[in-house]
Amino acid sequence: MDLTIVILIEILYAVASLALISVGLAVVFGMMKVINLAHGEFMMMGGYATITAVNLGINVFVAMLIIAPLVVGAIGLVVERLVIRHLYGRLVDTMLATWGLSLFFIGIATVIFGNTTTGISTPIPGLTVGDYQINGYNLFIVVVSVLLMVALYLVLGRTRLGLIARGTMQRPDMASSLGYSPERIYMATFFCGSALSGLAGAILAPLVGLVPTSGGAYIAKAFITVIAGGPSLIAGLVSSASVFGVIDQIFTFAMSPVIGEVALLIAAVVLLRLLPQGITARFFRGRM
Amino acid sequence: MTLNRRHFLATGTAMAGAGLLPRLGRAAEAIKLGSILDTSGIFDAYGKPMDHAMRLAVADLNDSGGLLDRPIEIHAYDTQSDMALYAQYAQQLTRQDRVDVVHGGILSASREAIRQTMRRSNTLYFYNVMYEGGVCDRNTFINGVTPAQQVEVLIPHAMKQSGKKVYVLAADYNYGQIMARWINKFVRDNGGEVVATDFFPLDVADFGSTIAKIQSAAPDLVVAPLVGGAHLSFFRQWAASGMKDRIPLASTTLGVGNEHKVLTAEEGDGIMVAYNYSQQIDSPENEAFKAKWEAAGGNATEINEFAVSTYAGIMTWAKGVRQAGTVAHDPVVEALESGLSVTGPSGKLTVDPQTHHAIADVRLMEIRDQKMQVLETLPQRQPLDTQAVCDLGANPDDNTQYEIDVDI
Repeated sequence: MDLTIVILIEILYAVASLALISVGLAVVFGMMKVINLAHGEFMMMGGYATITAVNLGINVFVAMLIIAPLVVGAIGLVVERLVIRHLYGRLVDTMLATWGLSLFFIGIATVIFGNTTTGISTPIPGLTVGDYQINGYNLFIVVVSVLLMVALYLVLGRTRLGLIARGTMQRPDMASSLGYSPERIYMATFFCGSALSGLAGAILAPLVGLVPTSGGAYIAKAFITVIAGGPSLIAGLVSSASVFGVIDQIFTFAMSPVIGEVALLIAAVVLLRLLPQGITARFFRGRM
Repeated sequence: MTLNRRHFLATGTAMAGAGLLPRLGRAAEAIKLGSILDTSGIFDAYGKPMDHAMRLAVADLNDSGGLLDRPIEIHAYDTQSDMALYAQYAQQLTRQDRVDVVHGGILSASREAIRQTMRRSNTLYFYNVMYEGGVCDRNTFINGVTPAQQVEVLIPHAMKQSGKKVYVLAADYNYGQIMARWINKFVRDNGGEVVATDFFPLDVADFGSTIAKIQSAAPDLVVAPLVGGAHLSFFRQWAASGMKDRIPLASTTLGVGNEHKVLTAEEGDGIMVAYNYSQQIDSPENEAFKAKWEAAGGNATEINEFAVSTYAGIMTWAKGVRQAGTVAHDPVVEALESGLSVTGPSGKLTVDPQTHHAIADVRLMEIRDQKMQVLETLPQRQPLDTQAVCDLGANPDDNTQYEIDVDI
């Protein structure tokens, strides 16, 4: 019984962390159609921003939830102004440019922080579930992910700002003729996407040993989750993260973490063969 | 001018003499020491301190008048954590620079990439890293501890502190696989049982489900030969779930790259390890070494096992050269095979003539306050694993890395 609860919590955590690492990419790639290969590096910078802020004596939650997203968002803003804005609508070119950016960020981080592993300890103590001890921080990640999805849903679906952003992504010419500047809306959306990536990196930072190349570990999973999710932003993210998270954890528990990863990748291939446009092209259509 | 015989001889002799003069006038020709290490790229956390140690050792030798009254000249190459560059720079060192000795290589893959080049060109080679054991090559001297030296000491101690049921978590490549077999053997030799062994690729960073699995197996002890930054997450997540005070933890790798300084004191305290070197060794040699390290522009907190092995490796070679009275290959090998020893920051290291491995002091340690506190020193442990398969005295032409068969 205790083990069942522990496994359930681990599955919830796997789903939540997949959604968390993919949400920034879902905004930048899913909404704006910019293939951001530097997504992992935005997360890595979020991690470093958190660790630096904590080492300067700032409260760890402030560092994770406020400072890291702002710092990475600001970096994203600069990147958008200098590079990305020239490349909207040129899918392959964004790929090349952001790949270059990812190498650049790895280099910069190595120069500043060195190539040695750094990290901070988790700010939440362990929990006891019957005979088992679990990582309390995993529950924190679940809560943050749920809140993030709800917030994203409310902003995009219930506010005028979200409506304008979604409208601009679909028909920039119409938005423009209604008096909104697509350029500024793109800029703001890219800022939000970068900040979300930074937030994800920050929240995962206490769980891992961070090196400048850490971003590479997330990029593939994030793309798989977003692509398999399909056209709807939130419904797609939640549904594909659930499918992959559950499969990953079941195989991890039954066999080993390696088999879990393999099962996740096989599931992704099968899913894309059956639903080439992603889950939400067939199910939950028209949702957000 | 007519050229008669006397004139020819006179000028000829003078010219020959003039040709010799610069040789007599300047200092003796330098001895060339080749170094091949990753001082950039993903392994530079290991390579940079090794490079610093190599330069420190050469500076020490040169300050005391060089070797055989000749200065030592460094030919160092940065392999940028790229295995392909090892082969290329090994050719450069042996063919163009024609060095007298090569020290270097970090990963086992890099050692195997250059070992044969060294052997073919008759260039003496020192590998100064703790590794999985089994290399048997008369041209190669190895200065790091092997699993038998380390695990044989660590496992009985850790089991005495905890109990007989052991859970093993290992990195999924040759080091981790071989290490897991050794751990299994020594657990059984001490009357215990390995309840499960899990292997993790080097990029796995999420250990939540593993931690739950360990709890359902309820072992008395967890032994973790995990490698690299991603695997460091295990120790962090283990502490975060509050398991640290419930099941004791031992590792064969934590701390080699000074990982215990990345973990906080709460995360690291109590983890049991066994190595040749710790910065906390209380000996005049270690204190002097740390002072020298700082004086040469280094930071003493970055000294690690590999750096100390590199320093001692160069000193061992130097002692061999002094004893042989030459840098020529065969006399130096014979001098080293006489069983000579040096005393360095990590204590006494003796060359085992049978295997060309080091007979070394192994220390049981526990991580406390981000330091590796030495609990007990076990002097002069033999590399039993390699000795079981390798006898260079009886079989000097051997050139293999034996996969030591640990029956499970």
